Amino acid sequence: MRKYLVKRLFQIVLTLFIYLTITFIILQAQPGDITNVYVLNPKIPPEVRERLREQLGLDKPLFFQYLQYLQNMATGNLGISFSQYPRPVWEIIKERLPRTVLLFLVAYLIYFFFGYQMGKLIAWKRSGVLEYSSTIIGSFLYTVFTPWWALLMLWIFAFKLGWLPNGKFITVEIWRNFRDISANQVFNLILIAGGAMTAFIFLSYYLGRRLGTRRAAANVTVAAVIVSVGAIAFLIASTTVGYLAADILKHLILPVVTLSTINFAGYMLLMRNSMLETIREDYVMAARAKGLPDRVVRNRHAARNALLPIVTSFILALATVVDGGIITETLFSWPGIGLTMLNAILSEDMPLAMGALVFTGIFLLIGHLVADLLYAYLDPRIKYS
Amino acid sequence: MEAAQVRYQPLWRVRLGLMRKSLATNWELFRDSKIGPIGLAIILFFGIFGALHPLLMSTVWDAAIYDPVTGYDFPTDAQLKQGLTHPLPPSTKHLLGTDPWGRDILSQLMYSTRAEFFLGVFAAFVTVFIGTLIGAISAYYGGFTDTFFMRLADVVMLFPLLAFLIVLSAMINLNLYTLAIVIGVIGGFGGITVVLKSQALTIKVKPYIEAAKVSGGSHLHIITTHIIPNVLPLSFLYMMFNVTGAIFTEAVLSFFGLMNIQMSWGLMVEMANISGYLVGDAVTKYWWLFWPASLSISLLCTAFYLVGRGIDEIVNPRLRKR
Repeated sequence: MRKYLVKRLFQIVLTLFIYLTITFIILQAQPGDITNVYVLNPKIPPEVRERLREQLGLDKPLFFQYLQYLQNMATGNLGISFSQYPRPVWEIIKERLPRTVLLFLVAYLIYFFFGYQMGKLIAWKRSGVLEYSSTIIGSFLYTVFTPWWALLMLWIFAFKLGWLPNGKFITVEIWRNFRDISANQVFNLILIAGGAMTAFIFLSYYLGRRLGTRRAAANVTVAAVIVSVGAIAFLIASTTVGYLAADILKHLILPVVTLSTINFAGYMLLMRNSMLETIREDYVMAARAKGLPDRVVRNRHAARNALLPIVTSFILALATVVDGGIITETLFSWPGIGLTMLNAILSEDMPLAMGALVFTGIFLLIGHLVADLLYAYLDPRIKYS
Repeated sequence: MEAAQVRYQPLWRVRLGLMRKSLATNWELFRDSKIGPIGLAIILFFGIFGALHPLLMSTVWDAAIYDPVTGYDFPTDAQLKQGLTHPLPPSTKHLLGTDPWGRDILSQLMYSTRAEFFLGVFAAFVTVFIGTLIGAISAYYGGFTDTFFMRLADVVMLFPLLAFLIVLSAMINLNLYTLAIVIGVIGGFGGITVVLKSQALTIKVKPYIEAAKVSGGSHLHIITTHIIPNVLPLSFLYMMFNVTGAIFTEAVLSFFGLMNIQMSWGLMVEMANISGYLVGDAVTKYWWLFWPASLSISLLCTAFYLVGRGIDEIVNPRLRKR
């Protein structure tokens, strides 16, 4: 296992290196250099541009620039944003990336769960009206024009029904009463609370498995979920920070729903195909012949094994999901890395755009590694050699 | 005398007969999938829809009014009396109304269809061409070539295409052709090579490849006449999925206003967006600015995807009915 991990880490470093090289080539392929963007800007005199060139090392030969670029990436020195002038790019990305990660994790858990369940059911009852209609609706949702879907969600839930806020990250009217609390502090607390809750639930499941039967473990897990949800509800209801956190979470709902509905369909269809293949395996027939209840055969024998290709496809689809995230973030004005990148491009802020692109790549690579490990954990047949 | 009685069929006729036979069985499977024909019907509809545009422009529609980019129509007196100006609601003259600049929406919609088809099919063709070639070559030669292209595919698969295109749009002039080529080439070196390579590997070990080698067939001959034709059905399947991807990507880039293009469905939505018609009540009040174009994008993408799934039922024997 350790050998495998080391090998994977080495591969990922290599991939990252190639990725950085490609981004460098893209940067070099444009005519002139980064400072040419400001040739016509009267606020930035030639001396400043000259200083910028020196700072970025653009007056040196290409190979030195490449080495400098790699060194900068390694030390996290990504330059200074043009559009948010005195702020370093690294600081902006450090602020924005967790927001994207939270959005993805929540959406991922939801659509994975529903896609898995629905796909399982559809494949089990083949050639029904259910299969036919869900395939058509699923295909439509999977290929739907995301901006249209997102705007439709906004229109229904934010405008017509007025249940949820109309995009953005926080409601300013609420937050201006609490000037000494910044959104980032509250957001970090949300991340910590979410992490703690997940760890607590997993730990209690693990302990439950060690202590007794499968049923006992399930009971302990349900109890842990109730306790942690209750604790969070109490914190939200009783404290100021909880109240503000609830405001951020409220803004999170619509992007998550949009992202989930789109990706859920893809997983459902994949799960269906994978299920159809496993249903024909001999062990499924053996389980049926033994007289096990239908539900047990479906859930324990067929669906568990059908899950593996889904995890593989998660690795393949990671880039697509990130792309979908950029669109979703833009339409809901969720200030994550995708919106930052788009705004940077529209305001010709190349250092920030390149930084965001590089970090999107790093985010993807880490996701890739996690999915790999998950896959190895799920399928004991995989050998780490 | 006996030999003259035997009727020799020319080779092309035998081939044609076989082809027709396999086409008939495949069509039956495709029809049985139920979802494939729906997709095909939608594609045909859009095909006719797009082909009608030049016809209508040269016969019924006046270019000064109905041109998708430069046309302009004055509101009629009756409409002005009601206080209506552009964007005008649907009427007999403009079946889907006009946009805020007085241009006919239906004409824009029809005009854009051609571009979407061109972009989708061209990008998918480039992807499949590169993917099939590389898949076949790396399966056939193995060794370093194989490792190189598979590792490259790993990197490309991790590439956030949309993010990359957004950054690229700041540097090069993205129009329909460059976008199609960029999407096609990046896609071609990506995941498709892995899938097609594994398919080509199963063909490489077949006896007829050995036979071709023994009878002195060159590498190029074996790859082009034995391996690639057997990979093609799977390539065709991936082509359908790639068309969806390309059309979607173009629409999103147009929607962000990053494309250098005269008219497209994504651009129609973007123009409605930047002029403030996609906020609040306007979504339903000015529905013709937003819904036809968005629905067209979604429907055409879905159609190619459905056809892909229909072909999947033919190509993938494990999916056939119990």
